[in-house]
Amino acid sequence: MDRPAQIKFPIPEEELVYSGHTACPGCGAALAMKYVLKGLGPRTIIVIPPSCMGTIAAGFPFSSLKIPVLRIPFESTAISASGIRAALDVMGKEDIHVLAWAGDGGTFDIGLQALSGAAERNDNIIYVCYDNEGYMNTGIQRSSSTPAGAWTTTTPAPFVKDTPKKDIVRIMAAHNIPYIATASIGYPADLIRKVKKAKEIGGTRFILIFSPCPTGWRYSPEMTIRLAKLGTETGIFPLYEIENGEKYTLSSKRPEKPLRDYFALQGRFRNLTKENLQQFEERVEKEREYLKRLAG
Amino acid sequence: MKKRYSLKSLDTLPITAISFITTEGNETGEWRSQRPILDREKCNSCGLCWMYCPDNAIYAEGGAFQISYTYCKGCGICAKECPRGAILIEKEER
Amino acid sequence: MKKVISANQAVSYAVVAAKAQVIAAYPITPQSSIVEMLAGFCATGALQAKFINVESEHSAMAACISASVMGARTFTATSSQGLALMHELLHYASGLRLPIVMANVNRALASPFNLKADLSDSLSQRDTGWLQFYCESGQEVFDTIIQSYRISEKLLLPVMVNLEGFILSHTYEIVDLPEQSQVDLFLPPAPARECLDVDNPCMFGSTTDYYINFRYKMHQDMEEAKTFCSEIDAEFKKVFGRDYGLVSTYLCEDADLILVTAGTIAGTCRVVADRCRARGMKVGVLRIRMVRPFPGKQICEPLRKAKKVAVIDRDFSPGCGGIFAQEVKASLQGINCGLPVYEFIAGLGGKDVTDKDIELIIEQTHNMPNRGESTWIGLLK
Repeated sequence: MDRPAQIKFPIPEEELVYSGHTACPGCGAALAMKYVLKGLGPRTIIVIPPSCMGTIAAGFPFSSLKIPVLRIPFESTAISASGIRAALDVMGKEDIHVLAWAGDGGTFDIGLQALSGAAERNDNIIYVCYDNEGYMNTGIQRSSSTPAGAWTTTTPAPFVKDTPKKDIVRIMAAHNIPYIATASIGYPADLIRKVKKAKEIGGTRFILIFSPCPTGWRYSPEMTIRLAKLGTETGIFPLYEIENGEKYTLSSKRPEKPLRDYFALQGRFRNLTKENLQQFEERVEKEREYLKRLAG
Repeated sequence: MKKRYSLKSLDTLPITAISFITTEGNETGEWRSQRPILDREKCNSCGLCWMYCPDNAIYAEGGAFQISYTYCKGCGICAKECPRGAILIEKEER
Repeated sequence: MKKVISANQAVSYAVVAAKAQVIAAYPITPQSSIVEMLAGFCATGALQAKFINVESEHSAMAACISASVMGARTFTATSSQGLALMHELLHYASGLRLPIVMANVNRALASPFNLKADLSDSLSQRDTGWLQFYCESGQEVFDTIIQSYRISEKLLLPVMVNLEGFILSHTYEIVDLPEQSQVDLFLPPAPARECLDVDNPCMFGSTTDYYINFRYKMHQDMEEAKTFCSEIDAEFKKVFGRDYGLVSTYLCEDADLILVTAGTIAGTCRVVADRCRARGMKVGVLRIRMVRPFPGKQICEPLRKAKKVAVIDRDFSPGCGGIFAQEVKASLQGINCGLPVYEFIAGLGGKDVTDKDIELIIEQTHNMPNRGESTWIGLLK
């Protein structure tokens, strides 16, 4: 044990999340928060609607975040961040980042109107959606981010979800906001790079983070990072950036692994049919072509 | 964090739910059903386990990474992601 | 400076005088001219505030909430459907103990759609933890907005100032707009309170089993509001020479019959009361200005000596009757005086409540036994 100290920190060392939070073991959302705050730093104010993250941030009198937190109603994530920004502007405090943080339910569904409003006004906020493809906090119900073929408690087997995941990124791209990125907890350095890039830009910035959920996706918690990487390696969740609604940059490689590697690990896809799989393959290919075309 | 509130009486409670205590001290290690064991001989302190721990239960001290059993929930991500197989998972004996 | 303006304009001038810092509002008839005017003031710099053109009333209140948690002085205005859409956030604002001030231009709730005055919109929100004032004139609207900031910033409770759509909102009258220095004297910058701060992080609004304790604190401060609002009103009079009371009474001291109402109907009632007096009939008028907290004591005291009370409601709780009537009866129950209360529903959906209507109400109250149910005024035959 007399080796010289050779500790490496692959990502910024400062932690802005306290231990002792109550995320499930292997939680992807907790990792997403850890990485985003490493990218943004301590001069950040966050708003959190009802979501797993609301629970992870802790109940009164506790907080697991080292930054100021405002818990807000479900529909109001983006505008609540905008309100904080307006107050900061009027008080002349411009060096503080305002982070809106919601799950896919709070973003794709109930919070979409307020998000669209903020994006259209180009309010100076960073909006992060940690995407675990369902209403996990209330007990694994389907959201419009739940992929086709997936079991949830409101799409019970064999009547699993029969419509594909909503493409929130295209919706956001249509707002022509300065910066959009997809990122994954499987690639923290890439994720933090994108957060830091977003941080340097003004206006509405939107980052969608792929955050596997062991509890809701029915897999063993040690597989969280593996699954996150598989999501990208199979092309299910491509990583890319969009600047000003037009400049597309792909940050993930061509899918190299078969989709079934991704599905096989998850209990929620137990009812997946051959047909479903084929549809997925077609969709992944189409999406890849679409992105490649836009990225030039 | 502000400490001037207390939960002892109505008078010392804040006016609304303003959280003023950190979650540090909430021993989530009690949840653990399996226990990661770090083999220091194999570890080259690459930091991947530290990076991937959702509970910040791996920390650097004395020139090496350590596992905090106070907070480790035993998810096993560290063992799965360690490129040198330096973390083994054992059943938690209580 | 005296100016002929509408009550909606009085709202806007008051918000400028109060130096609001963040305004978020969504237009709705008959409130829209407030939004337009404030947007203009913010654009020209006449008011140094951030104006957020939100995409809904729900977001308007959400923006006010988060800006207020940062310590900014905030304002919004709405009406009817918009207020109903805000409902969830009204609870949220009071629960977070935020000094938000809002003008609500009373309008009937759909369906069917009706754009005109009806107090049911704001009265449906009386359990949300907001103080509520109901005004009678443009001057009162201006003054009440200024008072409301003082009140809300002391009690850390939000305040809703109500004015009836069109009847008040779009009626032009003389309003005395005070000098800014006078307003500044009465309404200094908000006292310091706990806010979100990166240098001293904490979390606002998380889940708690201490809920009942926080609600009790709110109850205590609502109770305190009854005395505090009177004190502020008295202080206001010292600076500006005007006061309004939590209730305002007219010829109630020796009245046999007292008309109880809120808002602009009170003015017509006073004219009719004078006519009745000329005929030797002792009629008085009591206007309820503050509805939350409900000033039961201040209402019962003048009523105590009357023989009959007629409550006129421009609002209605289906299955129960006039809302003011219920509240007044509940308060009277406390003093156990056996006073008969006659209930009248009038003017819903902006229907004019004329002097003839009031005379009919007085006649019915005078002649008929108390049937214990509401009489509707102005229905088709």
